[in-house]
Amino acid sequence: MISLAGRDILHAWGKFVFTGLGLGLLIGVTLSMAGIYRGMVDDAEILLDNSGADLWVVQRDTLGPYAESSSLQDDLYRGILTLPGVARAANVTYLTMQVGQGDRERRAMVVGVVPGGPGEPGQPRFLVAGRHITQGHYEAVADLATGFRLGEQIRIRRNLYSVVGLTRRAVSSGGDPMVFIPLKDAQEAQFLKDNDAIVHQRQRTLANPALNRPGQPGVLEAVLASQTVNSSVNAILVRVAPGADPDAVAGEIRRWKRLTVHTRAEMNEILQAKLIATSARQIFMFLVILSVVSAAIVAFIIYTLTLGKIREIAVLKLIGTRNRTIAAMILWQALGLGAIGFMVGKIAASLWAPIFPKYVLLLPGDAARGFGIVMIICVLASLIAIRAALRVDPAEAIGG
Amino acid sequence: MRLPPLTRRALPLLGFLVPLGATFLWLALTTGPLAPVLVTLTTVTADTITPTLFGIGTLEARYTYRIGPTFAGRVSRVEVQVGERVKAGQLLGEMDPVDLDDRVAAQEAAQRRAEAGIEAARAQTDDARARREFATAQVKRYEQLLLAKTASEDSVEAKRQESLVAKAGLQAAQANLASAEQELNRVRAEHEALVTQRANLRLLAPVDALVVSRDAEPGSTLVAGQAVVEVIDAEQLWVNARFDQLGAGGLAAGLPARVSLRSQPLLIHAGEVGRVEPRADAVTEELLAKIVFAPLPDPLPRLGELAEVTVLLAPLPPTPWVPNAALHRRDGQLGVWRLEDNAPRFVPVERGVADRDGRVQIRSGLSVGDAVVAHSRSPLGPHSRVQVVASLPGVPQ
Repeated sequence: MISLAGRDILHAWGKFVFTGLGLGLLIGVTLSMAGIYRGMVDDAEILLDNSGADLWVVQRDTLGPYAESSSLQDDLYRGILTLPGVARAANVTYLTMQVGQGDRERRAMVVGVVPGGPGEPGQPRFLVAGRHITQGHYEAVADLATGFRLGEQIRIRRNLYSVVGLTRRAVSSGGDPMVFIPLKDAQEAQFLKDNDAIVHQRQRTLANPALNRPGQPGVLEAVLASQTVNSSVNAILVRVAPGADPDAVAGEIRRWKRLTVHTRAEMNEILQAKLIATSARQIFMFLVILSVVSAAIVAFIIYTLTLGKIREIAVLKLIGTRNRTIAAMILWQALGLGAIGFMVGKIAASLWAPIFPKYVLLLPGDAARGFGIVMIICVLASLIAIRAALRVDPAEAIGG
Repeated sequence: MRLPPLTRRALPLLGFLVPLGATFLWLALTTGPLAPVLVTLTTVTADTITPTLFGIGTLEARYTYRIGPTFAGRVSRVEVQVGERVKAGQLLGEMDPVDLDDRVAAQEAAQRRAEAGIEAARAQTDDARARREFATAQVKRYEQLLLAKTASEDSVEAKRQESLVAKAGLQAAQANLASAEQELNRVRAEHEALVTQRANLRLLAPVDALVVSRDAEPGSTLVAGQAVVEVIDAEQLWVNARFDQLGAGGLAAGLPARVSLRSQPLLIHAGEVGRVEPRADAVTEELLAKIVFAPLPDPLPRLGELAEVTVLLAPLPPTPWVPNAALHRRDGQLGVWRLEDNAPRFVPVERGVADRDGRVQIRSGLSVGDAVVAHSRSPLGPHSRVQVVASLPGVPQ
């Protein structure tokens, strides 16, 4: 049997290729949308991975540092360290804010970590350049997505920090890149009032006779000093000892420290179900619409291509070609179009994914599923065209 | 099904399909999870590591003098302004004496009166002594007359009695004199106390110093202990620095330090650790140390200014080291990814001290010449495929 499909494609290969390209771009958009959805879910998981924690200890009855504000005294971790099953515990602060570099500003999640060395809870998991923070102050490790370079000076509130290391894929659940700085600086950036607020507070305290008591020098100074000190952190990251049950350790902390503790599964649930659920649902809805539209367009294209050569099909029928051969020609052409479209789409999605402002994660599993769906759509779409072709009256070849 | 023979017409189509397929394959293998993890390598070398400690602190004066009255009163005058340098003993200000001058005058008068009282008592003593001497002489004469039977026993007894009275009078006069002398002492001491109090109202500079604040103006009423002016010893400034307790065990007096002030971040001042405080800050978990300048910067830095301090600890003998970016914690163990037969293997290591540039001493687990992963494009696992590159693409250098 001679491949009619191949001959027909060769006959009008330009049309075929360009149709495949157009279809591919559409599939590329669909794949990208799926990639964005996967990226959002991945952002949430990466956030948990990057923290390097098994348990998140937060303020009572709060959802933790990522979903709700939480404030704890920074010496609570010592008590937690004494509990059985706790291997490591480290304070951490999170604050999404503007970080300045020269004239430009970037939105970033500033993470305050204890500079205890690599691998400690809260520290960046891996670096793509530079080194970890070694000093207790004024050093930063930034994510590549911030656009900062090694050695640059960045401004967080009133202080300047040197970028000493770069990470990759250290992002918040909202996709903001992270900037890691020493905990004490982060506490200052997050909790210390700005200079104007301090001056105003001083004036109010001065005017208050209960605090500025005549004949008692020293009281005012003590009150002012106490107003500008804050020793809070957002959460305590706990890593359990090898072999210990995270749920049991969490139960101990809840019972004896009277704090709220989230395990990895609970934190994942908070991030997935509460934080990104709405956005993810929107993206998913777009994905479904795009898939339906793509399917419809594939069907239209194949149907139009078939109708375009209806006279030739009539001739084929007239010379006695079997229906199966004609149906196979259309099916193979549809599958070929689908294959070209998928390849073009995958290439396009891979090439433009890094340009997207959102993280696009193209999973091989998604690509395989996408290929299968494209092929099924092509088969289904070709059925309509096949039906139209088979109903052609051979007389049209003459009478037309 | 048989494909049509390769004809000239098929060439353009193949020209499209072949590169498309090749690109597709290349992208599938170089991006996404199927792609090898790009890594950069570093070789373990032995080198001298100079650990450093970094701390921040504020500039403070070693000696601060808050000069004010020792009892409640009103400020009469303040002679100095902030920023002035003063000499030891120089008058800085004065408190209002109120009635103190009048009381001094009254005490002076009382002193003169007491002196006059002494004179009177002394005269009375002389008078009594003269009376006693005369009475004694009379007794002697009458006793001789009694022996000669020219005087009666009665008259002799009378003279004896007169003599005893004169003796008692002398003793009374001498006691009066002593009393007057003690009274003078008392009045003199009270006068001196008032004069001292009066002098105490004058606020004097205890040392050669710099005036840093003027806390009260003439007319203000202060309580005891409140300061009128505050002066500092401008030759003795130091940085009260705080160092994270983590790894600050080597902090000791005498170590060289570099101080950079916030107002001049690029200017490095030489100094050394003056002393390490015996008591650490329990709340902030920091060690406290005083960093002295050598020499003192000119112009004088401002008190309270933020300063960054880098203390250089003693350099270690040559030791194997890796950058801290190469260290990872896996299953509770600290280690590095060593490349063996182009496959990563996690090697636990024991780390030593680290320096400011992130070089970490390796005590065991690695030897000089080992190739370890410095940076990777994504987290490594034991089954990761890796590809070694000179520098990771997309990372600004």
